[in-house]
Amino acid sequence: MILWTTDLPPFVLFYAAAFAALYLRGWWRSVVMLLVPVAGGIHLAGVADGTALHLSVLGFELQPYRVDALSRLFGYLFHIAAFIGIVYSLHVKDTRQQVSALLYAGSALGAVFAGDLMTLFIFWEMLTLSSVFLILARDTERSRSAAVRYLVIQILSGVLLLAGALLWYQKTGSMAFTFIGIDNVAGLLILAAFGIKCAFPLLHNWLTDSYPEATPTGTVFLSAFTTKVAVYALVRGFPGTEELIYIGAVMTCFPIFYAVIENDLRRVLAYSMINQIGFMVVGVGIGTELALNGAVAHAFNDVIFKGLLMMSMGAVLHLTGRINGSDLGGLYKSMPWTTTFCIIGAASISAFPLFSGFVSKSMVMSAALDGNHQVVWLMLLFASAGVFHHAGIKIPFFAFFYKDAGLRPGEAPPNMLIAMAISALLCILIGVFPSILYGSLPFAVDYNPYDSSHVLAQLQILFFSAAAFAWLKLSGIYPPELHSTNLDFDWTYRRFAPQLISRITLLMNTMYQGLRNAVRRRYHALLYKLEQHNGPQGLLARSWPIGSMALWVAILLASTLSLYFITG
Amino acid sequence: MKNESDKQHVFDNPRNVRLVVRVLIVCCVILLLADLVIHRHVDNPLEALFGFYAFYGFVACVVLVLLAKEMRKVLMRNEDYYDSVDD
Repeated sequence: MILWTTDLPPFVLFYAAAFAALYLRGWWRSVVMLLVPVAGGIHLAGVADGTALHLSVLGFELQPYRVDALSRLFGYLFHIAAFIGIVYSLHVKDTRQQVSALLYAGSALGAVFAGDLMTLFIFWEMLTLSSVFLILARDTERSRSAAVRYLVIQILSGVLLLAGALLWYQKTGSMAFTFIGIDNVAGLLILAAFGIKCAFPLLHNWLTDSYPEATPTGTVFLSAFTTKVAVYALVRGFPGTEELIYIGAVMTCFPIFYAVIENDLRRVLAYSMINQIGFMVVGVGIGTELALNGAVAHAFNDVIFKGLLMMSMGAVLHLTGRINGSDLGGLYKSMPWTTTFCIIGAASISAFPLFSGFVSKSMVMSAALDGNHQVVWLMLLFASAGVFHHAGIKIPFFAFFYKDAGLRPGEAPPNMLIAMAISALLCILIGVFPSILYGSLPFAVDYNPYDSSHVLAQLQILFFSAAAFAWLKLSGIYPPELHSTNLDFDWTYRRFAPQLISRITLLMNTMYQGLRNAVRRRYHALLYKLEQHNGPQGLLARSWPIGSMALWVAILLASTLSLYFITG
Repeated sequence: MKNESDKQHVFDNPRNVRLVVRVLIVCCVILLLADLVIHRHVDNPLEALFGFYAFYGFVACVVLVLLAKEMRKVLMRNEDYYDSVDD
């Protein structure tokens, strides 16, 4: 087969399948969609590290395809995520969503295998353009406006990347995507671009705004690709950048407060996603081999377990039409399998020993301790307890247990269950046999997560967090789930700025009106005066008959004469 | 379907809920006592304290929830806050 060469970049297969999906119908389309990630994954396994494509365009030396250990790991990850997502959405018969999901997965693969900044930029924008349809496909007023905001912010990220890339080229004469660093303007622009997609604090609201508004299946794809491409890009371009340690630490902590009071369970997961990315960003910032391995491994695990949690909530939304914690409860009775899978995802994200999160998160924690970042380490520990609290307990508790909301939707469709089962299996496999993952990490691993100190410490944190939850819940201190909107930074551009602009417009309007009225009044006054003197009745506009002229001349002469006589 | 909704499920019985809480408490006690038996190797002086992780985990969660509750007073708005065009 002519396409089956090692030089074939993985995105080509996905783009071709997206094109094919436009014309295929029914189960033919399903078969093609399922085969693509499988074939692509097998193909990738046969490609040697160091494989690269070179291209010269308009004098730029580009490298649209580059395989090394780091990009390969993300390559495998995205093939797995795409496969799971496709299985999960097999029941969907919406060409728009299916085509955009394939394009989206392909763009993510294109981005992680991009060897130069220009190729990265192209796929960076393709990620945005393809994924926005997964939000729009929900077809609600909210999803439409969220999609527009998503588009604007993501395109801004692309523009920053392009500007940074061009400056970088001007400075170094090379477009190659390697270490960049922040000691120059180009680096800062590129970091800002990555930071938007990575959901850095204050740049994060596109994520919590748009992901919960996407379709049940769309969110599963969304949660896998965009942010992880950004984490990959950070690992490639900014390892060991100290500022990232603090940015990451803030990212682990602040979203968990929002997650506790948020009612929409998919939005809770969106906040918890920022928290997990925070761990990765800290790892990138520390920049040691252990830390970078931890960041990458955690990105890998996060895609699987966050995907699993998103799938379980997607199933709930799909079957009940509800997603707010306040409207759910007791679903374990009719959805036992979904409940089980959700709990496995919850255990993984909470980093329970024997589940995937544990073997990767503890690497970042250990790296923070090794580097003597005591405050950061305490923040990460706080965040670890917090993530168990809101994602590990809150999600399954309010959806599947707690008060019975009387919903009996029945179990999720088989394809959803299979997708969740695959993810759950991966969570446990990686947790029990971490060497599966450790063997593919970019640096050699000399790390054992299962020593007694780590396990005991982690179990103590988790069980006492659970005890805290139980105590707060039983004593009634725990805040109830309420229908509400919680203001976050997006308030500045969704409410404050529009209001400010409308106020300024109003003010300027009033001022303009005032000015116009004042000018008008003066003008009318002037007109009136002119009319008085020069109008038809005006003194200066009267016609003077010759008789009166002669009279006046006679009067003038008479008075001159009399004056002459008087003074004479 | 009627049978389905009338069926008694595991947590419909308050005794089972109490059981879960009790098991949780027992686990906590065992884990805390394990600190005496298992010697944790220590990278940071704080870790050397007895039950540091247990204490930290508990306090972290309580602080988290209490602060989040306070945040609600400032940040919480109606569900359709952003949907309404006028202020």
